[in-house]
Amino acid sequence: MNPIVILKGVSFSYGGPPVLEEVDLAVEEGEFLGLVGPNGSGKSTLLKILLGLLEPSSGQAEILGGTPAQARGAIGYVPQFAAFPHDFPISAGEVVLQGRLGHVRIFGGYRAKDREIARQALLETYVWDLKDQPIGSLSGGQLQRVLLARALATQPKLLILDEPTASIDPRAEEDIFDLLKKLKSRMTILVVSHDIGFISQYVTRIACLNRRLVCHTTSALTGEMIQQLYGSPVRMIRHTTR
Amino acid sequence: MTAFFHALASQDFLQIAFIGGLLASIACGVMGSYVVVKRMSFLAGGIAHAVLGGMGVAYFFGKSPISGAIAAALVAAWVIGWVSLRWRQTADTIIAALWSVGMAVGVIFISMTPGYNVDLMSYLFGNILMIPRSDLYIMATLDGLIMLAVLVFYQQFMAVCFDEEFARLRGLPVVFFYLLLLTLVALTVVVLIQVVGLILVIALLTLPAAIAAQYLRRLAPIMVLATILGMLFTGGGLALSYTPDLPAGATIILVAGTAYLVSLLVTGFARRRRC
Repeated sequence: MNPIVILKGVSFSYGGPPVLEEVDLAVEEGEFLGLVGPNGSGKSTLLKILLGLLEPSSGQAEILGGTPAQARGAIGYVPQFAAFPHDFPISAGEVVLQGRLGHVRIFGGYRAKDREIARQALLETYVWDLKDQPIGSLSGGQLQRVLLARALATQPKLLILDEPTASIDPRAEEDIFDLLKKLKSRMTILVVSHDIGFISQYVTRIACLNRRLVCHTTSALTGEMIQQLYGSPVRMIRHTTR
Repeated sequence: MTAFFHALASQDFLQIAFIGGLLASIACGVMGSYVVVKRMSFLAGGIAHAVLGGMGVAYFFGKSPISGAIAAALVAAWVIGWVSLRWRQTADTIIAALWSVGMAVGVIFISMTPGYNVDLMSYLFGNILMIPRSDLYIMATLDGLIMLAVLVFYQQFMAVCFDEEFARLRGLPVVFFYLLLLTLVALTVVVLIQVVGLILVIALLTLPAAIAAQYLRRLAPIMVLATILGMLFTGGGLALSYTPDLPAGATIILVAGTAYLVSLLVTGFARRRRC
């Protein structure tokens, strides 16, 4: 096994108090890692560092033997649900084709090969029959699978998902994770979530972030760890769905 | 109306105005669609009003106002584009400042120019009946540039408009394409100013595309329908304004505004019935 993500002493601040402090993390090839933490724990910031959108204030981030910016081509990214206007005039198939953007020629459009890769991705996430639908007409779960297909169309070695199930119903949430379970054999997966209880059934390891990396474990979470993570005794975890 | 068609067949200036309207509709249909889906009508408004600065300066130095307009539109587009990428939070204020400062510069230079300042009104509200024939060639060239750029970079523009962050992660030069898109919007503004003037530009830029977007769910068909609607509005407005001798630019905007209102009511009514 060799680690494909290595964070060494990564700290970050937006100019005020530190958002991340001395985060050390190594993700092995083939792992399915859940990155959990309460709101404001620095999850999104860490993700932006992994994607090369932010530079750590100190420490080092290395992905696939290079800087995150160099590794971008090999990272498939599924953004949060609400990252773009849902009434945008674009079909599901066109969205998935955008996964091929890094590979297409500057002049001219997508090639037959790109369309074939996009088709495979749409089939794999069970949204092929929705390819001509405008994205505004899709349900939350369908849209999330289209975004996953777009990330798969990039043919990634590392798949990063930011709160993939934040605004979809529990049934669709299970579908997404069952899909990820299938993909696990082909790529390393990193899922950011605040829903510890749910993802712990699927992932191979959990890393808990609350400014620092407070724990990581391959077994089920105990109450003690959750207490460590949230910094105060937690009496009850309620699984709320919107 | 028949008087209009008789005049159109015989009068040179009316033919030029009519062709000018058609040429403007192409730019407005294509780029207006981007302005509507990317929600940048405020940016486009900033560019349009800042253009008066360039026109005023060109007028003062005795150059053709359209060359000043092109220069000012390009500078305004790049400044506004850069500001909106760099300082997202305060971009709003900075664009508003450019909006008014550009106009102020224009008004001052026009007032300093000796002679009778008849042109100010036609810059502000357009004068489609006074388009010089030479400007038709400039408008056609700008149309050609816009269509060529959109044909070549359709996918890239779409990606930047839809999900900027993802496009950046795929290694697309997002800043370049965003600024190129704004550059094309700026050139469109210049074309449209000839027809309706810089105050009314935003309506002609957004209304045809906004109507088209109510019925179509793909970008390319929206562009085509918006272009056709633009041609109907400019042609219709010109025809309606002819006999009662109304200002053509304002009549065109009223036609477009009425169509938008009717379309809103129709789609709203249809949606209510479906529920």
